Amino acid sequence: MKAIVTVIGNDKPGIIAAVSAMLAEASINIEDISQTILQGSFTMIMMVNTEGSAMTMSDLSDACRTLGERIGVTIRAQQQDIFRAMHEI
Amino acid sequence: MFSTSDILETVNMVEREHLDIRTITMGLSLLSCIRDSAQHTAEAVYDLICRRAEHLVDVGEALAKEYGIPIVNKRISVTPASLVCAPFVGEELTIARALDRAAHTTGVDFLGGYSALVHKGMTSYERSFIESIPEVLATTDILCSSVNVGSTRAGINMDAVRLLGEVIKETAARTADRDGFGCAKLVAFCNAVEDNPFMAGAFHGVGEGECVINVGVSGPGVVCSALKHADGADLATVAEIIKKTAFKITRAGQLIASEASRRLGAEFGIVDLSLAPTPAVGDSVARILETMGLETVGTHGTTAALAILNDAVKKGGTMASSRVGGLSGAFIPVSEDEGMIEAAAKGSLTLEKLEAMTAVCSVGIDMVAVPGDTSAATISAMIADEAAIGMVNNKTTAVRVIPVPGKGVGDTVEFGGLLGSAPIMPVNPASSEIFIRRGGKIPAPIHGNKN
Repeated sequence: MKAIVTVIGNDKPGIIAAVSAMLAEASINIEDISQTILQGSFTMIMMVNTEGSAMTMSDLSDACRTLGERIGVTIRAQQQDIFRAMHEI
Repeated sequence: MFSTSDILETVNMVEREHLDIRTITMGLSLLSCIRDSAQHTAEAVYDLICRRAEHLVDVGEALAKEYGIPIVNKRISVTPASLVCAPFVGEELTIARALDRAAHTTGVDFLGGYSALVHKGMTSYERSFIESIPEVLATTDILCSSVNVGSTRAGINMDAVRLLGEVIKETAARTADRDGFGCAKLVAFCNAVEDNPFMAGAFHGVGEGECVINVGVSGPGVVCSALKHADGADLATVAEIIKKTAFKITRAGQLIASEASRRLGAEFGIVDLSLAPTPAVGDSVARILETMGLETVGTHGTTAALAILNDAVKKGGTMASSRVGGLSGAFIPVSEDEGMIEAAAKGSLTLEKLEAMTAVCSVGIDMVAVPGDTSAATISAMIADEAAIGMVNNKTTAVRVIPVPGKGVGDTVEFGGLLGSAPIMPVNPASSEIFIRRGGKIPAPIHGNKN
């Protein structure tokens, strides 16, 4: 299952490392990644694939939120279908 | 891969603009539950609801987490209970309590369908049922009630309208310790729809299947935010922006509805495209109208602005969903909308203007608090006016009005949560008593006869 992970918050060292480590530990593959500073906020978007991971989408969503709280940024994981539904005809 | 701006737009809609799925409502037919006694029927009703809706709340919470969109309410609607209660005149409360208990057991927010459809005529068991509403609403917790008193096809049943004025007064009196809160769970309809997922007016029509999932979307904050970037644009452009935004919101609802239906093993019913406000700042339909250029909602131009909004929401939403239904448009409750509350408090939004607005929006006079000494006849007359607008314009209209015991103009009533707070609005003091006492039927308009 493909999901989009978004990370938004104040830029600081170690954000990508922390998110990547969490995903790697859960055997979740990162298929695409982009990052930019948008209106002063660090903004990272990852497309990940949960196939082969024991983690459910629900667990991934929880894990992202918990990690975000720990490192002080907002991290969300959402099934990619929601973006397809809202932005593709 | 989607563009960065598409992804961030969706994230922003949820984070900052209150985008949510307002409700997943499971519609259940209770017609198979009628037994030889009220007690046995109540048990069958309780068992069926608990069995079919066992996973409704869990599935709703899982979907919210997986798709990253809040699903605010999980609800149940059932077959109009007047039909289930028909053989048990005087024992309606037994079945009402079973409905309320089942709602608590399944963990839903509300259960709708303590309802009767009497637009053409009222049987003796339906009269008994309607007379039971005040006690039911006073002694149950999350059970909602509605009565359909008119339709474009049948006209308006003024005997039912008259009775309902008295029922609303009695409901307020029986819940006087909670500022007449019982009335917030009671709606009078004209042209009620059978697949409405929103409360308090949801019921599961007899033409529906056994178990159906209906989803109500929301998102006034998203529309308002989109319009803030359109300073100076003409009104056709404004309508276009609303359409595009409604499309995106509805697509989210369509996805959640189809996935919820699949996981719950239920039929996918409809997506209701309504813009439903909450008392939270940034989640207001009134503020959309003001963003279009009105100093305050209720001033001249409000009806026109609402007409643009309602139509554009329907057009954008219809394109986005395979099954559109319910009420689908813009809701204009007073107590549940921060902008409407402010306008009513400062006197720029009056009941008369609200009534005009209901001619072009998706429902009617909703969550309006009036003085506690408002007579039953005046409330019946308000219902008759709204029903007339619905009947003649071939649309759903409704009245959910709370005559707050012991309070008058200048007071405010707090209902809390999504129901918000409402300043008491003045009603016309002149009597409608003799008109209402006439009873009988208001004939259907000529255009109701379409065959």
